[in-house]
Amino acid sequence: MKLKPGAIADSHTSHGNLTGSWRTFKPVYKQKDCTGCKLCVINCPEGCVFEVEDRKYTCNLKYCKGCGICAVECHVNDIEMILEDK
Amino acid sequence: MKTFIEGSRAVADAVTVCRPKVISAYPITPQTHIVEELAKIVANGKVKAEFVNVESEFSAASVVLGSCATGARSYTATTAQGLFLMAEVLFNISGMRLPIVMTCANRAVSAPINIWNDQQDSLSMRDSGWIQLYAEDNQEALDMHLQAYKIGENKGVLLPVMVCMDGFILTHSYEPVELISQEDADRFLPSYQPEDYLNPDNPVTMGAMVGPEAYMETRYLMQEAMENSVKVIEDVANEFNNQFGRYYGGLIDTYKLEDAETVIVSLGSVLGTVKDAVDSLREKGEKVGVLKVRSFRPFPKDAICEALKGAKKVHVLEKAVSIGMGGIVSSEIKAAFCGKTGVPEIVGSIIGLGGRDITVETIIGILNGSGDSSYDQFIDIKKELVEDPEPSDEAVAANA
Ligand code: SF4
Ligand code: SF4
Repeated sequence: MKLKPGAIADSHTSHGNLTGSWRTFKPVYKQKDCTGCKLCVINCPEGCVFEVEDRKYTCNLKYCKGCGICAVECHVNDIEMILEDK
Repeated sequence: MKTFIEGSRAVADAVTVCRPKVISAYPITPQTHIVEELAKIVANGKVKAEFVNVESEFSAASVVLGSCATGARSYTATTAQGLFLMAEVLFNISGMRLPIVMTCANRAVSAPINIWNDQQDSLSMRDSGWIQLYAEDNQEALDMHLQAYKIGENKGVLLPVMVCMDGFILTHSYEPVELISQEDADRFLPSYQPEDYLNPDNPVTMGAMVGPEAYMETRYLMQEAMENSVKVIEDVANEFNNQFGRYYGGLIDTYKLEDAETVIVSLGSVLGTVKDAVDSLREKGEKVGVLKVRSFRPFPKDAICEALKGAKKVHVLEKAVSIGMGGIVSSEIKAAFCGKTGVPEIVGSIIGLGGRDITVETIIGILNGSGDSSYDQFIDIKKELVEDPEPSDEAVAANA
């Protein structure tokens, strides 16, 4: 697809930018001590953390860039960053 | 009918008939009269435009970036320090391919602070992705603004255009000029109709991040657009000539060049003085001619080499210096000839920095001087200001 002048992008095309490819560490949502506070959801810069069911959260690895913010913010240490083999 | 008017006011009049929808600028000498006049024109309702007052040049450039992105024809003006404060935004404007027109009232840059004319400001911005055109006199400066919008808004170009006019020498001098009527301007310059612009009904993203996978291609396309503009600048100059009967060259212009053995190359208002010098030398039978660089970006390599190929000696006169290298324009002309045969001797001369007068005698002195192509010379340097004084007899005796 030829770039438009100035690389103007149509709406919703940023969905095609899979920031998951940037990741070195990946968050593991242990789903053990979770209190359902949603700090991980609110603080994720990619907006890719979602609720699976009550007090069970996970993230979309297509967009999770592995920044580790969720793991730092989780007040019960229920998210662990592990080195990812790709 | 000609009107006797100050250069700045003539430019403001020309900008008005281009029907800009947004004007934003911060006053700075010697650009002030242009935007002061435009503010008045807008306040008096002569043009339906928004004049946005801002607190700095950075903001002025940001405002016109945003307004142009919504599809509104936009205008700003600045000089020297103001231009440098805009620097980051200048690259954003060209990278987003927004065809804004800006007047640069050329001035020396600080430090030391100096508000007089040279061309260090715009020439230092040569890699910013803006088309740069240099006007020789006030009529050309005002006409150039209409041409600038037409060049920049061309679908194959879509680049911002900087109209460079010498501060004070042009901006503050009164000359009789033909002002352009609204009717004539509308006939020459259609309204700006971008294909993509910020529109809530059809949202797009502009200026988003582009990673290593496509950034290089965005620069490649800008370079291609600059190359496209080479022909567009010529075409627009010809269209202007057809409608208004005024022509100043497209990329370059020549004066008494046909049989010239020695050619003076320069840009901007000094060309008037250069032509006077050439006329007086021609009277004495010397084969001297002039090449005017009207477009510095895109740099018209082919046109310049073609025009200079018959010359024996070429003197490049420029009011700027790339410290650590020498003349900016002379370096580029030498580079343009690289790999070609029959290359003339090219001598670079740095003149008129910080408003130092350039007279016919200065120019004849350069032609008769001993300059050669091995280095670029500073002209008329005052020895007493740059050299240690001779020690006095007493000091010599005391040290003996
Ligand atoms: S590591 Fe960063 S990007 Fe990934 S889910 Fe956590 S906060 Fe979001
Ligand atoms: S921050 Fe921790 S406790 Fe809070 S919802 Fe996310 S995983 Fe559960």
